Amino acid sequence: MLVHSKAGRWAAWALFAVLFLPLFALPLVVVVAASFAGHWSGAFPSDPTTGHYAAAVRGESLQALTTSLVTAVVASLLALVLGTWAALAAARLGRRTKRSLDALFMLPVAVPSVVIGLAVLVAFSRPPLLLNGTSSIVVLAHTVLVTAFAYQSVSAAIVRLDPAYEQAAASLGASPGYVLWRVRLPLLLPSLTAAGGLCFALSMGELSATMMLYPPDWVPLPVRIFTATDRGSLFSGSALAVVLMAATLLVLLAVSRIRTRASYR
Amino acid sequence: MAEATGLAAPAAADDDQATLHAPAGASAPSSPPPAPAARGRRLPRVVWALPPVAVLGVVLLYPLALVVQQSLAPDRGGAFSGYTAVLGSAAFREALGTTVWLAAGATVGCLLLGFVLALIIAFVPFPGARAVAKFIDVFLSFPSFLITLALLFIYGTVGMANGVWTDVTGASEGPFHFLTTPWGVLLAEITYFTPFVVRPLLAAFSQLDTAQLEVASSLGAGPARVIRRVILPEALPALAAGGSLVLVMCLNEFGIVLFTGAKDVTTLPMLVYGKAILESDYPAACVVAVVNIVISVGLFGLYRVVSKRAGA
Repeated sequence: MLVHSKAGRWAAWALFAVLFLPLFALPLVVVVAASFAGHWSGAFPSDPTTGHYAAAVRGESLQALTTSLVTAVVASLLALVLGTWAALAAARLGRRTKRSLDALFMLPVAVPSVVIGLAVLVAFSRPPLLLNGTSSIVVLAHTVLVTAFAYQSVSAAIVRLDPAYEQAAASLGASPGYVLWRVRLPLLLPSLTAAGGLCFALSMGELSATMMLYPPDWVPLPVRIFTATDRGSLFSGSALAVVLMAATLLVLLAVSRIRTRASYR
Repeated sequence: MAEATGLAAPAAADDDQATLHAPAGASAPSSPPPAPAARGRRLPRVVWALPPVAVLGVVLLYPLALVVQQSLAPDRGGAFSGYTAVLGSAAFREALGTTVWLAAGATVGCLLLGFVLALIIAFVPFPGARAVAKFIDVFLSFPSFLITLALLFIYGTVGMANGVWTDVTGASEGPFHFLTTPWGVLLAEITYFTPFVVRPLLAAFSQLDTAQLEVASSLGAGPARVIRRVILPEALPALAAGGSLVLVMCLNEFGIVLFTGAKDVTTLPMLVYGKAILESDYPAACVVAVVNIVISVGLFGLYRVVSKRAGA
């Protein structure tokens, strides 16, 4: 369309390949290749092995995976409830109140995650709420971080919602609670699952705030990957990273299937 | 993430809502709700917003307030002694400089690279272009430190690039040693954050009427001129929104810098982590944190203004 000559098109595609492949495709390929390598000095990995995966799915590494999964699921669900509630309430408010609610709920995106971690650590290491050293402080920090994305996705979906359905339901005598439960939430379900998937993925990969406050008995997978690579075990770090990516993708895939089922309704 | 941020256009406020709560209650969500008895048995709508706001107040605003309080009240000296000590230190100024130039450089790189890639995906489509767009979506859901991990294998001292170099030239060691310098962080940030520019650009390009391009080129405009005069003006809002989001995220990036493991690359988030966790100097960490909050929140506010205008 933009380029009409055949040579020009090939030039554009070649430019794309030169930029795209080494920058975006190569890193992922390299991490996967390294996770199967026993040795890598020189151009290509050598001594193929699956030993890193065997180590990645037992003992402390397995524990780190379950820690991450539990943290991400709990934090996403909490964030989804909090964000959806706030978005539904905000949609009913006047423009100026809604704007200040938007600003409040978007604050965790603007504030650096490390600072959120520091703030949560400072606030909950003292009475009245002593959470330092427990798993709840990690879940709490993750919830704070991902609530912004839940709020934002659901808010955007509410704006696109056709008001005719709820007006019809209300005109037929449905109470506001019934309209919310039987009309608005089902219509929002595809966006809710999408928002949940987004929160889950973000929480699975969260490192910044977690580094500030993880207790020794609640080590999520990204922290474990860091400690592995930091002591020089790059290959087992890569295997853990592949496990992290695979777990995230599997859950996202499952969530997107819920979405397609819901949209047929 | 980029999609969600781009879509947060303000809802058109229903006109009848203004009558339901007092104007004083409309300005801030934390202000006390209007008297509930005003409209009989139904609660005013703002009451429904109070529980989530209260939760956020406890888990976000109260902790942030404590950080500000700690930064102002160190154990010794006056109220601002913590600030003068930290802001005057060479380590802080160096971290501030590194953070700003890395973020600015990465943003420019992401904008250029993202524009070129989105342009080709949208207007010189090839078989598999959709798959590439999908791949970019997936890329966004991975943590940033994966990129640094991969770069260690590609450009590390015994990595691929140096290995190929020594194999080809027979030299004893390769020329790539930039990974532990700021340039390694810059490369990783450009790689990781470019998709955040590509996504809004592809969305903007999909709304562009291709007939405009056909007309322009049938009137004799070359591709460069079509890009400059037709596509670029349409893409500017998306570029501005994507660019400012990337700028904020680069300022706040931690995982990439941490995984680089370079002692001489210290950004503000790294300084916060170092002061708090490695040195246990919480007042100083809080001072750096406050400076970091001010910079990022200011820029994020700018981003919201720009993206609202872009969405309008």
